[in-house]
Amino acid sequence: MEKEKKKRLALIWAAIAVSYIVILILEMTLRPTSMLLTVLKKGAIYSLVAVSMNLLNGFTGLFSLGQAGFMLIGAYTYAILTMPSEVKTSESVYKYYQCFITFDTGVFIGLIAAGLMAALFAFLIGLPVLRLKSDYLAIATLGFAEIIRAVCQWDVLGPVTNGANLLRRYIDLTYVTIPFTDIPFPPTLFVFIVAGISILLIVLLINSSYGRAFKAIRDDETAAEAMGINLFRHKELSFVISSFFAGISGALLAMFQYTVQAQQFKSMMTYEILLIVVIGGIGSISGSCIASFLYITLSEWWLRGLDMGSFLGIDAPNLFRSGFRKLVFSVIIMIIVLFFSRGIMGDKELSLTRIKGFINKRGMKKGKKEAEA
Amino acid sequence: MIGFLHDNLSYFLSGISVGGQYALIAIGYTMVYGILRLINFAHGDVFMIAGLVMVYLSSSLPFTISIPLVLIITVALGFLIERVAYKPLRSAPRMSVMISAIGVSYLLQNAALYFAGGLAKVYPSIPWLSSSIVIWDSTTKMVTVITPFLTIALVILLSLLIKHTKIGMAMRAVSRDFETSQLMGIRINSVISITFMVGSLLAAVASLLYFSNYASVTPTSGSMPGLKAFVAAVFGGIGSIPGAVIGGFIIGICENIIKGGASIFGIPGTGWTTFSDAFTFAFLIIILIVKPTGLFGEKQVDKV
Amino acid sequence: MKKILLILLAFVLLFPLAAGGSKEDGNTIRIGVFEPASGDNGAGGKQETLGIQYANFLTPTVDIGGTTYDVELVIVDNESSNDRAATAASMLINEDVSVVLGSYGSGVSIAGSDTFRAAGVPVIGITCTNPQVTEGNTHYFRICYLDPFQGTVLANYAYNELGARTAYCLAKLGDDYSGGLVNYFIQQFEALGGTCISETFPDGNSDFTSYVNNAKNSGAEVFFSPVSTEAAQLIIDQSSSQGLGMPILAGDTWDSNVILQAAKGKSNVDITVTTFYPEGANPEFDEGFQNWVNADSTRLANNGGDDTVAAVTAMGFDAYNFALQAIKNADSADPADVMEALWATETDGVTGHIALEQVNGDAIRNTVYVKHCNTDTGAWDALPAVVVE
Repeated sequence: MEKEKKKRLALIWAAIAVSYIVILILEMTLRPTSMLLTVLKKGAIYSLVAVSMNLLNGFTGLFSLGQAGFMLIGAYTYAILTMPSEVKTSESVYKYYQCFITFDTGVFIGLIAAGLMAALFAFLIGLPVLRLKSDYLAIATLGFAEIIRAVCQWDVLGPVTNGANLLRRYIDLTYVTIPFTDIPFPPTLFVFIVAGISILLIVLLINSSYGRAFKAIRDDETAAEAMGINLFRHKELSFVISSFFAGISGALLAMFQYTVQAQQFKSMMTYEILLIVVIGGIGSISGSCIASFLYITLSEWWLRGLDMGSFLGIDAPNLFRSGFRKLVFSVIIMIIVLFFSRGIMGDKELSLTRIKGFINKRGMKKGKKEAEA
Repeated sequence: MIGFLHDNLSYFLSGISVGGQYALIAIGYTMVYGILRLINFAHGDVFMIAGLVMVYLSSSLPFTISIPLVLIITVALGFLIERVAYKPLRSAPRMSVMISAIGVSYLLQNAALYFAGGLAKVYPSIPWLSSSIVIWDSTTKMVTVITPFLTIALVILLSLLIKHTKIGMAMRAVSRDFETSQLMGIRINSVISITFMVGSLLAAVASLLYFSNYASVTPTSGSMPGLKAFVAAVFGGIGSIPGAVIGGFIIGICENIIKGGASIFGIPGTGWTTFSDAFTFAFLIIILIVKPTGLFGEKQVDKV
Repeated sequence: MKKILLILLAFVLLFPLAAGGSKEDGNTIRIGVFEPASGDNGAGGKQETLGIQYANFLTPTVDIGGTTYDVELVIVDNESSNDRAATAASMLINEDVSVVLGSYGSGVSIAGSDTFRAAGVPVIGITCTNPQVTEGNTHYFRICYLDPFQGTVLANYAYNELGARTAYCLAKLGDDYSGGLVNYFIQQFEALGGTCISETFPDGNSDFTSYVNNAKNSGAEVFFSPVSTEAAQLIIDQSSSQGLGMPILAGDTWDSNVILQAAKGKSNVDITVTTFYPEGANPEFDEGFQNWVNADSTRLANNGGDDTVAAVTAMGFDAYNFALQAIKNADSADPADVMEALWATETDGVTGHIALEQVNGDAIRNTVYVKHCNTDTGAWDALPAVVVE
C-alpha cells in the first residue's frame, strides 16, 4: 500500500516535470507571440484563481463571489510596487497626480505583497461577512468587490492608484529576469511556476487537517461545530488563504496584460471564474485547471472564428459576426450547467487509473462496434 | 427647508422616479426569492430584453400594439426561463440553481449583444410619457411624475391579488413551506410559473418607464438596475413586497443625492460620484450585518 | 439525450483544432484593423473601419520589389474594453500582420500598445488623441492631433467665442480619452481666468439627470463633455428634457451621426464640436464614399443608417493610405522594416498633409475644424476652422 502510494506520487511528479519541460521547449521553439503561448499563460493564471475559488466554494462550502475584488487588489498592489520609481515620477503614468509611493520593489516582493494585501483585505472583510449564510454571503462578497473597485477609482486616492486610469510600465512578463542575471525568464514558464507552486500549496492545505476541517464544514456545519471545529476561525482561514492566491493571480494577470485598470474587475469576471469552477467540477482541483485551459482556449482562440466571419472553413459573415462566439459559448455553458452539473471531473481528481479506465471503456466500446459490424 | 426642497427638487424627482422603477424590478426578486430561495440573477436582464424588444417592435408597429406585445413577450420569456433553466434543477443544491441563474444572465446579455450588434439602441420616445413638464420651476419628463403613482397602484393591485385570490393564497403557502404545501395538493409548478410571470410583467412595466427616462438600451443596461433592485429587496426584507417598494425608493433617492452631493450640500471636488453605485452595496452590507432580515422580513430558523 | 449532447459538445469544442492552421499565403500582405465594433465606442469604431475598408476597396494592392501584393484587412473587435485589448492585439499578431491601424478610443490603444511593442509590430493610431498613446515608445504612431492641442482650442473657444467664465466638465471614470481631454481643457480654461467644476460618472451609468442638474446649479455657462457617443445620446436627451440651458461643447467623438440623430428636433440643445475633417471639404472623396456605402446594406448599417461622412471615416481612409505608403517606402512587408520607414513617411490625405514629428511619431497638425449641430435639419453646420501656429 505504502509502496503503491509512493509510486503514484513519483509518477505525478514525473508528469509535472515533463509538462514543464514541454512548456520550456515550446517557449524556445515557438514565436513569443504565438497564440498557443498566450492561451497557456492566461489559462494558468485562471487555473490559479479558479482553484482558489474552489477552495472556498468547493472545499469549504462558502459561496463567495468576491474573487474579482481580491484579484484587483493583487493586481494593483503588484503594479504600484514594481513600477520603477523613475517611471512613477516621470509623469508618464501618474499624469494627473503627484505620485505618492516613490519606491519600487522586485517581482518576487511584488507578488508576495499582492497576495498579502489581498489576504489582509479578506481578513477585514471576512470579520463581518463570514457570519452570513449561503446566498447572503454571495451577495455581500459581490458587494464588497464592487466597493473595492469604486475605492480604487476614487480621485482622492489618485496619488496611489492613479485614479481610475490605467496603470502600466510596471514589471510585466517580458521584463522578468532569471534571478541574479540579466537573462529574460521564459514568460510562460514563469507563469506556470508561480501558478504551479501556488496550486501545490493549496493542494497541501486541502490534504492537511485544516483541509479535513474545511470539508467537514462544507458537508454539515452544525455537525462540524459539534465535533469541536471552530467554524468562524476555519471559515476565515479559508477565506484569507483563498484571497491570498486570488491576489497572486491578479498580479500575474497584470503582468500578462501589460496594463491594468480597476474597470475590468467587474462582477462579470467573478461569474466567469465561477463558471470555470462549475465546468471543472466543484470540489476538484484538477477539474478547475482543465476547465480553465479549456475555457480560455475556446473563448480566446478556437471559437474566435465565430466572430470573424469564417469558422471551420465556412464563410458566413452575416451569421458569424461580432458577438456570435459569446452567444455560442453561453449556450454551451447552459448545457453544461443543466445537463452535466457535476462538470468535467465531478469532485474527483485526475489520476492515472481514471485515465486508464476511461481509455479501456472507450476501447471496449469501439471493439464491440467493430465486432458488430 | 422649503427653499432647500425647491432648489433641489429635480434631484428628488429623479430619485423618486428611478426608485419607483427599482421597486418594480425588486418585486420580481423578492417574490421569486420568497418562493424558491433563489436570487434570480437573470431578472435584470429580462428587464433589459424587454427594453430591446420595445426598440425593435416600435420601429414597425404603433405604440398601441407594441406596448402590450412587449408585456406579453416579457412574460413569456420569464415563463420560459423558469421552465428551461430552473425547473430541471428543483431538487439540485441551491448553489446549482444560482449558477444556472448566472448562466441565463450571461446568455441573455450575449444574445442581446449578438442580435443588437453591440451598440446602444435608442429607445423610442412614447408620446405622452416622454414630454417635458415643469413642476415648481424644475423641468423634467412626464414619466418621472407618473412612475411613483403607477408603482404604488401596481403594488396595491398585487397585494390584493396575493391577499384575496386563490392563487395568491397558494403563493403565500408555498413561500411559507415549500414541501408541506406540495403535500396539501398545491400545484407547485404552476404557482412558481405564475410568480415568474408576475415578476416579468412588472419588470416589463419598469423597463417602459426606465428607458423612457434614459433612452438607450445596451446589453449590460439591465445588470446595474437589477443588482440595485435586488439590494432594495434585501433592504425591505426579502419576501416582503411593501419592503421591496420602500427599499427601491430609498436607494433611488440616495443614489441621486450622492450624484448631486456637490451641489446639494456645497462640498465640491471630492469625487463622491464615484461611489454612486458602490454606495448601494455598502448599504446592503450594513443591512445584512445589522438586520439580516431587512425592514419587514420574517425571521428564518435553520432546521437541523 | 445526454450522450448525444456530450458528443455534440465534444465535436464543437475539439473540431476547430483539427480545422485550424490552414492559411494560404500567396502574394498577400495583411494589415490589421484594431477597432471596436461593440461597446461604448462601437459606433465610432465601425465608421473608422468603413474608411479603412473603402480605402482598401479603392487601392487593394501594393507593389513591393516589383511584385504586386494583395492587401488583406484583418479586422478584430477590441470591444472598446481595455482588458480585451491585449487579447485582441495578440489575435492580430497571430495573423502575421505587417502593420496595424487603430484604435478609435485612446484607452484601448494604450492598453493594447505593449502587446504590439513586445511583438515588434508598428501601429498607426487614427483618432486616439491622448498623448500617452505614443509617448515614450517607438512603435506607436499617430496621424491625428493631440488632446493638449484640442483641449486648448476648445477652452479658447469656450472662453472667447462663447464668453463663458465657468465651465462644467463631465468625464467618464477611467476613460483616458475624456479624462485626458477634460484635464487639458481645465488647464487652459483656468489659465485664461475661468473656473471649472469637474465630475465623473461611472461605467454603465445611464442616469445623467443629476449631472445635468449639477451643471445648472453650479452657475456654469458651458457644459463640456467629451465622452463616448453612447453616453452622449443620453446626455443630449436628458439635457433637453431637464432644460440644461447652456451650450454643450465636445471633442472629436461627438462628430458622429449618432449625435445628429439624438439632437434632431430638440431645439433647446446647442452642441458644438471640434473635429478632424469637415464633410464637404473633399467632394470627390465624399461622393465616392457615399456611393460605396449606399451600395451595401451592411455598410449602411455600420455607418449608423445614413450616408453621413464622419471625420473618423476620412481619418481611417487616410490611415490606410499612409500605411500603404510606408510599406512602399520600406519596400518590404516585414513589420520591423515598416516601423523604420514610418518615421519618414508623408502623404497628402483627404484630411490634409500628413507628416510625423520625430520624437513620438505624432502627426504635425495645426488645424481644428469646428462644427455646430443644426437641430432642425439634423446636420452639421461648419464654423470657421481654428488654425494654431
